[in-house]
Amino acid sequence: MQFFGESNIDFLKKRWIFFGISIFFVLIGLFSLIVRGGPDLGIDFKGGTMLELTFINPVSVAEIRETLIGSDLHGSEIQNFTKDNRVIIRVKKSNNTGIEMSRNIQKALSAGLKDNSFVIERDEMVGPSVGKYLIKRAKGAVFWSFIGIIIYVALRFKSGVYGMAGVIALIHDVFIVFGVLSFFNKEITLTVIAALLALAGYSINDTIVVYDRIRETTRLRRKDTFYDIVNKGINSTLNRTIITSLTTFLVVGSLFVFGGGVIHDFSFTLLFGIIIGTYSSIAIAAPLVYEWETRKGKK
Amino acid sequence: MTQRQIKCIFIGIVIFLACWFLYPTYSWYKMSAEEKEIMEKEGNPFLGKVLNLGLDLRGGMHLILEVDTAKMPEGMKVKEAVDRAIEIVRNRVDQFGIAEPLIVKQGDKWIVVQLPGIKDARRAMDLIGKTALLEFKLVDDLGRMTEAKEGNIPEGYELLPGKEEREYLVKKEAELTGASLIDAKVEIGGKYGFPCVSIKFNKEGAKKFALVTEDNIERNLAIVLDGVVQSAPVIKSRIPDGNAIIEGNFNADTARDLAIILRAGALPAPVNVIENRTVGPSLGRDSIKKGTMAMGIGAVLVILFMLFYYRLSGSVAVFALFLNLILVLGAMAYLHATLTLPGLAGIILTIGMSVDANVLVFERIREELKSGKTVRVAIDAGYQKAFKTILDSNITTLIAAAFLFQFGTGPVKGFAVTLSLGILVSMFTAIMVTHEVFNWALRGKRVEKLSI
Repeated sequence: MQFFGESNIDFLKKRWIFFGISIFFVLIGLFSLIVRGGPDLGIDFKGGTMLELTFINPVSVAEIRETLIGSDLHGSEIQNFTKDNRVIIRVKKSNNTGIEMSRNIQKALSAGLKDNSFVIERDEMVGPSVGKYLIKRAKGAVFWSFIGIIIYVALRFKSGVYGMAGVIALIHDVFIVFGVLSFFNKEITLTVIAALLALAGYSINDTIVVYDRIRETTRLRRKDTFYDIVNKGINSTLNRTIITSLTTFLVVGSLFVFGGGVIHDFSFTLLFGIIIGTYSSIAIAAPLVYEWETRKGKK
Repeated sequence: MTQRQIKCIFIGIVIFLACWFLYPTYSWYKMSAEEKEIMEKEGNPFLGKVLNLGLDLRGGMHLILEVDTAKMPEGMKVKEAVDRAIEIVRNRVDQFGIAEPLIVKQGDKWIVVQLPGIKDARRAMDLIGKTALLEFKLVDDLGRMTEAKEGNIPEGYELLPGKEEREYLVKKEAELTGASLIDAKVEIGGKYGFPCVSIKFNKEGAKKFALVTEDNIERNLAIVLDGVVQSAPVIKSRIPDGNAIIEGNFNADTARDLAIILRAGALPAPVNVIENRTVGPSLGRDSIKKGTMAMGIGAVLVILFMLFYYRLSGSVAVFALFLNLILVLGAMAYLHATLTLPGLAGIILTIGMSVDANVLVFERIREELKSGKTVRVAIDAGYQKAFKTILDSNITTLIAAAFLFQFGTGPVKGFAVTLSLGILVSMFTAIMVTHEVFNWALRGKRVEKLSI
């Protein structure tokens, strides 16, 4: 069996449509980020308290909110998974000091909901200084891994064009997924950053397979135009691109559906990331190299 | 020996080692709960060989403490204070009895404390975070309390809160501190038979204590812990032997904890908890269950797809997939790496990504077959041509994973580890192992057609 037999799709011809689509999505992401006033940083980065509790009896968000209102806990975010009486309470406060917040919530809940006791599943508190430290580390990791990838690809392909184009495609992927997260009102947590970096690795991996083929075809078919070579490169790796995306999508999808709440945002990020990463290596990364190389040639 | 035989022996050794390193983990999960408990109690070295689970999977507490350097004793250096604090925290944790605690310095004045499997998180946090500065201060005996409450505090005195809802007017300067303590024990005693803590001073402390008690008979001596008066008994007579008792509404646990922190000594400066991540054991178990289920279902889907798409050759990829899993886990056990929930996600992700190397090879083989090459030549050419691509594409992912490891804190680091190992291992199986499997399957035969 084979998805695409001898495919000979003229991807380059549609490159401006692809660029247009990408710019559209980038703008949507940008718009969402502006409207929401920047990314929604989770307590990992902003500082704050998160409590995950399992109650013995069913409990509603309204009940909990009412109980917490008196105790300086307005502004807390309450999430409820009614399935197993599990509740998540988040209080983001950058000037929140120490462990008192979590204890106050617990105290207020045991006092307010007397006939319903709870077990603490997760109790997290991140102080503002730790949050700042983590932001710094996250930025460093993203920045340096991008630099590392540019250098490696540039060295390997003996051309800065491939390295830069690959990284532009990669930044495009990460940014669009970032926008998607903002659009769906998802929090940026440590594990989401990990997912974004994994996506960066995945996306560049995909791109390089196509680049490798373009480079190989350049050597084998010296008579062909660069236009045909790039198209040939995309087409002959098309099966592999689709299959790998599919298998990765299958496992990440099963992680999303069955993996449980703690890892949900992580798999959500990757799920979108795989789609966009696959799209970009076909529709952005390779056409970008074509555009760049031909313009360079004209000068 | 031919090169091929050497290769096969090498592969055999690698697989054997992975199984060897995984065996302790396997037998650990076969053990009954009682056997596990016995082993944990005696601190069996066998435990060190079992694959480490992160706090997010086994439950436990991760804390970062910041030493409040503004409140250090004068003349003390930051490094000195932090090192001393670490030593004392370690003492307390050891005496509290927690298996495999981790206490390390991070940066200049942060201390990371990890306590796996802790049951009473709040109690542990109190135990660790208390400064435990013990002071003995004389209570005012001139009846100036009402004055003081109106804001007219006599010179050299201060108002301190008590454990119950009342305040004490005590001398600012302590007569004696916990520094001259040599022992603290829980005792049942006092007027009502409640648990209390008996303390013993060293020689010098005992001498001083005798002097203080002799000079101040019939006065109240407040026993102050971290600025809170625990009790303020009346001095009945001179106490020459350096023994004293702290009462103050303790139960068995709080008395025991107080004895521990007094024995371990006071922290040189107060510490603040600036990060706390506590996961209860049931959530950890839940995460393991759901994670492995997601892994199982994901793997089955990938296996079905590979068999469907590549037929018999797909089974070679499926074999490689299982081998990858064993090798990744074996390498983790060998490296004493910790498996966290994101780490588990990383393994799941590499299941999907690791077939990629096989896909690259298989697609190449198909192309070669199409161009009219014989099966054997096509296979060799496919492996040879895909090799460079596999290397290039995986090294870039490794670069991203390496920086992720650098930046990572606990769980995220676990993800970087499994992702990197997954990539390395999948390169090994795709380039070395599956090629040999093809060779072995086709040995001595004339093959006209390959099921791919």
